[in-house]
Amino acid sequence: MSTDVTHAHDGADHHSHPSASFYVWIGVILAVVTGVEVAIFYIEAMDPYEAPLLVLLSAAKVVLVIMFFMHLKMEPRFLTWVFMAGVVLATFMVGALMVIYHVLPRFGGL
Amino acid sequence: MSTIGLETPVGREATAHHEEDTGFWSWITTVDHKRIAIMYFVAATAFFFIAGLKALVIRAQLMFPEQTLITPELYNQFFTMHGTTMIFLVAMPMAVAFFNYLVPLQIGARDVAFPRLNALAFWIFLFGGIYLNSSFLVGAAPHASWVGYATLTSPEFSPGQNTNFWLIGLSILGIASIMGGVNFITTIINMRAPGMKLMRMPLFTWMTLVTSFLLITAIPVIGVALIYLGFDRLFGTVFFQPAGGGDPVLWQHLFWIFGHPEVYILILPAFGVISDIIPTFSKKPLFGYPIVVYAGILIGFIGWGVWSHHMFTVGLGPIADSFFVAATMIIAIPTGVKIFNWLATMWGGSLKFTTAMLFCVGLLAVFTVGGLSGIMHASAPVNLQQHDSYFVVAHFHYVIVGGAMMGLWAGLYYWFPKVRGRFLDETLGKWHFWTTMIGFNLTFFPMHFAGLFGMPRRIFTYSAELNVDIYNQLSTVGAFIFGISSVIMVWNIVKSWRSGEPAPANPWGAPHLEWATPSPPHHYNFPRIPTVRSREPLWHKQERDEILAVTMPDPEEEPLMPNPSYWPIVLAAAITLSWALVMTGIWWVIALGILPVILATFMWAFEPAFPEGHGH
Amino acid sequence: MAQAATASVEEHGHTSTGVSNWKVGFWTFIASECLFFGTLISTYMVYKGRAVVGPYPEEIFDVLHTTISTTVLLFSSLAFVLALHATQQGKKGIAILWLFFVIAMGAGFLYMEGTSYLKYIDYGLTLGSSTFGSAYYVLTGTHKVHVILGMVWIGALIWLLFRGRIPPAKSEQVEIAGLYWHFVDIIWIVIFTLVYLIQ
Repeated sequence: MSTDVTHAHDGADHHSHPSASFYVWIGVILAVVTGVEVAIFYIEAMDPYEAPLLVLLSAAKVVLVIMFFMHLKMEPRFLTWVFMAGVVLATFMVGALMVIYHVLPRFGGL
Repeated sequence: MSTIGLETPVGREATAHHEEDTGFWSWITTVDHKRIAIMYFVAATAFFFIAGLKALVIRAQLMFPEQTLITPELYNQFFTMHGTTMIFLVAMPMAVAFFNYLVPLQIGARDVAFPRLNALAFWIFLFGGIYLNSSFLVGAAPHASWVGYATLTSPEFSPGQNTNFWLIGLSILGIASIMGGVNFITTIINMRAPGMKLMRMPLFTWMTLVTSFLLITAIPVIGVALIYLGFDRLFGTVFFQPAGGGDPVLWQHLFWIFGHPEVYILILPAFGVISDIIPTFSKKPLFGYPIVVYAGILIGFIGWGVWSHHMFTVGLGPIADSFFVAATMIIAIPTGVKIFNWLATMWGGSLKFTTAMLFCVGLLAVFTVGGLSGIMHASAPVNLQQHDSYFVVAHFHYVIVGGAMMGLWAGLYYWFPKVRGRFLDETLGKWHFWTTMIGFNLTFFPMHFAGLFGMPRRIFTYSAELNVDIYNQLSTVGAFIFGISSVIMVWNIVKSWRSGEPAPANPWGAPHLEWATPSPPHHYNFPRIPTVRSREPLWHKQERDEILAVTMPDPEEEPLMPNPSYWPIVLAAAITLSWALVMTGIWWVIALGILPVILATFMWAFEPAFPEGHGH
Repeated sequence: MAQAATASVEEHGHTSTGVSNWKVGFWTFIASECLFFGTLISTYMVYKGRAVVGPYPEEIFDVLHTTISTTVLLFSSLAFVLALHATQQGKKGIAILWLFFVIAMGAGFLYMEGTSYLKYIDYGLTLGSSTFGSAYYVLTGTHKVHVILGMVWIGALIWLLFRGRIPPAKSEQVEIAGLYWHFVDIIWIVIFTLVYLIQ
């Protein structure tokens, strides 16, 4: 995990924050990606690729919000590990239950 | 090394010290982690006797075939509440008592990261436990076993408030557990003394960290499952109701996704305790420290991938079963590694068999028996034979009592001198240990045979034709011996608290930071925070002298500590009340019940945590 | 040894990592919330396509309507991060203004979702009508409770800013509330995709 930083930091200035316009740009990107997602939903030609594409795009949105709106990118690395402990276990749980309920039954009761 | 205890100054009695307020209200409003730890221990021991008495009634009922000492309905309530109480109100809070007392002392901190949150978690636990047990007063104690399988808990099959007490009580306790988990993770990550790198932390602190991660990740899963159950029972949802298309097996999945990490929540603190004690009484550093740490982390992680081994009889199919068989067998590896590390620590050491050490060695023996029977039913075909039989009852008592509880009792004898400044009586301690070993094994070893001969668990009586009378009679006799051993323990605690032999600061010659404080420690733990340079700071002469020079003398000015506060107990009462009101099933009553919680939260938030004038 | 006499235990500074206790504690809590919503989402996914009686999702979901409410919630996150930015620069008036926008957008989101609920109930989808109804309402309802709690919290922040009790040095109070608000937004991003778009 992290190395030890024994000297204290004061207040809010211990990392440089991006400018307001940077945040607005992130917001615009998020809105555009949402638009693309909805478009994929409506365009029938996209149906075969729909699920994986949508999961990928929403994952990208989630990562953007976490890295920049929640500033995780600017924090010490160990905070990412704490958060990932939750994300990894939650993803594993959703995946395992999906396999048990939706994938295995397709193989004739295996 | 062997004379450390003599070199260091004696306990608090000998030195002039600041008089703390010890009145009743000072305990109600305390935010001191050491006092909260003592309250956790006392409450958990009280619940231990409540649940133990239920076990004795159960054993009396099962002593002879076809007895009717108690009714089947009462029997159901007794075994359900025995299991629920022992796990959620005894084993977990007993471990939390040790987390509370030791973690700040072991890492060189003055308190936990959020002292008021710590007090809040304790009061929520206590009120939740009282609420859960109050169900007996209205004759409606939970009766669907500690796993509460659907559809035994459906409104159809469990009318009345019994199951509501269970699901609401467990939700309340879950809140306390998550608060505790967040608090200890933050404390361990953030409050370490200079030089206390992660890989220098005592094993007990390490296992607290892993356990805390398991708490914050596993408890939400059971929380949601309990919410579903509550909605099914009170608001007509169909999550686990086959009539509405729901799948009762989903409850089993969600319960065991929580339930298996829960097993490691129970056992890992005990592993931490004995990893600290065995080196002290072997006069050798822990063999393979990093391996023991990594094995603990690995157990915590793999513990998430084995839940369906509780469900082999459901019929998930060979692919799923094979996966969970493999994962379950793999998790035996890090556990076995730890056992060998402890044995290797003792190998060639100058062993000293105090009561604490006896409990550690006892743990190694009986926990291994439980581990081996665990590997037996890890195999799905074998499991089909053993599922829901007394063999399983024997197995999990061997790991939870023989593992978790024995470890915590070892810790009791080891750290009591630190807490009180007096030793526990060693003679009574040895009586406690040997009656525990005899009573425990006599109770649970015959259950293996009763189970293999076909006695199912959770039945209130059995037929004489089953030919398991003798095993049940042995178990019953053993249970009463075990009961006597617990009385000896409490007698020892009460007697030694008043008039035990005075203990110096480091009576055992132990290597960790908690022993660098007077016994009992100041309420601020450390006058000045020491700097740590190794894993066994008190075992290196120069480092020890430097640390003791900082931690032992009384300071000229006492460090500023957080204010005591009434709000933790008020907020805990409000939370318990609001949760209990869910039983009514009336929307507006439930909504009104949230108001005191919000009010108390705001009062809490705007109360200054530190004395006035401490500028921030 | 510099932090001798008065090292405090609840305030920031003097931590082993340089990050405040509040921030570490809150990220830990968020990790816990991942599992909480992970379980809710798992259940919805497990029961997906298994409801035995209608109405079914594809019959009642209005994706355009939900797209608008989703975008509103998304922009509330943007407004929050701008409020934090203003707080850090000591522009308290602007911060209060942005936080008001956040609450307004949160309310707008709740209003739009509320009207959807009423419409679904008209179609016959209730808590007990099918596993779809149970899983859908409890999942999205839990999310809405989180939104409401966030709005209460932000209301308290506006009051504190108004009274001048959050100077730039204490902007972390706003930042922590922001972590919560953004996380609630993230959960909705996931719900929007898994529940509404992938039917």
